Amino acid sequence: MVNTKVTLCGIPLDNPVIPASGTFGYGAEFAALYDINCLGTFSFKGTTRAPRFGNPTPRIAECTDGMLNSVGLQNPGVEAVLADILPQMATYFRKPVMANVSGFSVGEYAETCAMLDASPQIGWLEVNISCPNVHGGGMSFGTDPAMAAEVTRRVKAVTTKPVLMKLSPNVTNIVEIAKACEDAGADGLSLINTIQGMRIDLRRRKPVLANTFGGLSGPAILPVALRMVYQVYEAVKIPIVGMGGVSTAEDVVEMMLAGAAAVQIGAVNLVNPFAGRDIVNDLPAVMEKYGIQNLSDCIGGAH
Amino acid sequence: MKEVTLQIVSQTRVARDVYRMILAGDTTAVTAAGQFINIKLDGLYLRRPISVCDWEPEELTIIYKVVGKGTAQMAALPDGTELSVLTGLGNGYDLGKSGSRPLLIGGGVGVPPLYLAAKLLQNEGKTVTAVLGFNTAEDVFYADEFRALGVRTLVTTADGSVGTRGFVTDALADVGDYSYVFTCGPEPMLKAVYGAVNTDGQFSFEERMGCGFGACMGCTCKTKYGNKRICTDGPVLYKEEIVW
Repeated sequence: MVNTKVTLCGIPLDNPVIPASGTFGYGAEFAALYDINCLGTFSFKGTTRAPRFGNPTPRIAECTDGMLNSVGLQNPGVEAVLADILPQMATYFRKPVMANVSGFSVGEYAETCAMLDASPQIGWLEVNISCPNVHGGGMSFGTDPAMAAEVTRRVKAVTTKPVLMKLSPNVTNIVEIAKACEDAGADGLSLINTIQGMRIDLRRRKPVLANTFGGLSGPAILPVALRMVYQVYEAVKIPIVGMGGVSTAEDVVEMMLAGAAAVQIGAVNLVNPFAGRDIVNDLPAVMEKYGIQNLSDCIGGAH
Repeated sequence: MKEVTLQIVSQTRVARDVYRMILAGDTTAVTAAGQFINIKLDGLYLRRPISVCDWEPEELTIIYKVVGKGTAQMAALPDGTELSVLTGLGNGYDLGKSGSRPLLIGGGVGVPPLYLAAKLLQNEGKTVTAVLGFNTAEDVFYADEFRALGVRTLVTTADGSVGTRGFVTDALADVGDYSYVFTCGPEPMLKAVYGAVNTDGQFSFEERMGCGFGACMGCTCKTKYGNKRICTDGPVLYKEEIVW
């Protein structure tokens, strides 16, 4: 019997498989298909202080082995999440859940996190300083080490829950941002968010996405994600949640060998709604195939 | 929603670049006219959402137009090919609101979901009229199939090569009284219909989708009753809630 259990910032997980924010809603659509308690946990849709409609459509474009999205943080706002969504979620998910938070000012990040801190259902706060699809927020906090550190400090000051800073790959040196977050007190790091890209419609001679640019996800970005997780693992001591194109149990192990303590799966949930369950089910056989007894033992194993 | 494997029974060209695909397998998740399915194709990352044209136990008919790589690939698939399909997606039309004389208005590849609606309404003994709009004669499909159901069917073409010259709204004067409208087609057509009809109705919208089942928020639109996802809260919206 192999052991898939891992620990993320002191909270035990039955397995490291975590659907990524923005690809799993609040879990309800998937809970209608399978018991999502088989997952390690999941990171729910990015939450902001105020409700947001997001960007105009089209918000989705396809590309080779992946997709672009420019949803733009559509969400009902933190008050509705606390009052309506989390009580509903408790009816189908009984594990600590990961709350993904975004903002447009340092104060807004802190305020939203302080409000979410009150929910006993939330295990971790995943602070998104890397959304490429909003203007004047999101990624602008994740491309400057000083700003990233400031958001980290302000969020840490208002919560006792573990704080994971979600980093952008759209930077020259992700290690520098990672270290700034660690030095500012982050309990862990999530990487990578999507890679900024675009498609152009040949007939209209215009960008496909109404927002012009979007975030690239899917198997196409796995090598970039592995490289960045590998680099950051060498530079920090706090745990890394690795993500970017992970679609199979083999990819999960590969991401852990690069240095991830837990692994998020994103775009694949949209193409195969059973992907989370399938990857969890496939993990033991893949571990046996590669001679892994305890999954946690292979974290950073490629270094 | 269900994930099922469906097998291609046959494919037939029904108009220029337009194909009918009959699929066999578990179709139990389809519960209403106006729903769609989402088809996985080899080598393409996202599934292809296509509306359901007709439904029988163990059998589905879809009609699609070749507009890009995915639909071109679909048209080339041989009979017997097995496809991974998410079925029973979207809300579909609530036919219970039709009244006694429903009017169906379809434009181009917006026509197919109205076929199942027409069939079900005919079976309920309603007096059904359909207005089907196309660009030109070689684009026209399914007018005879609607007529075979016993539906009074008016065709319009933009160039006048078949039926009334102009758009679907140009045929409304010939329709007579109607109790309710069910419509599907390109957004400019839906908007024109919205302005031209004098009853309540249900409008089926199209949008680029990531997942097709409500997870990605890729297809959200604004309505008078808040944000709605075209894939799960739609594709059918009530006339009264539409915000253009």
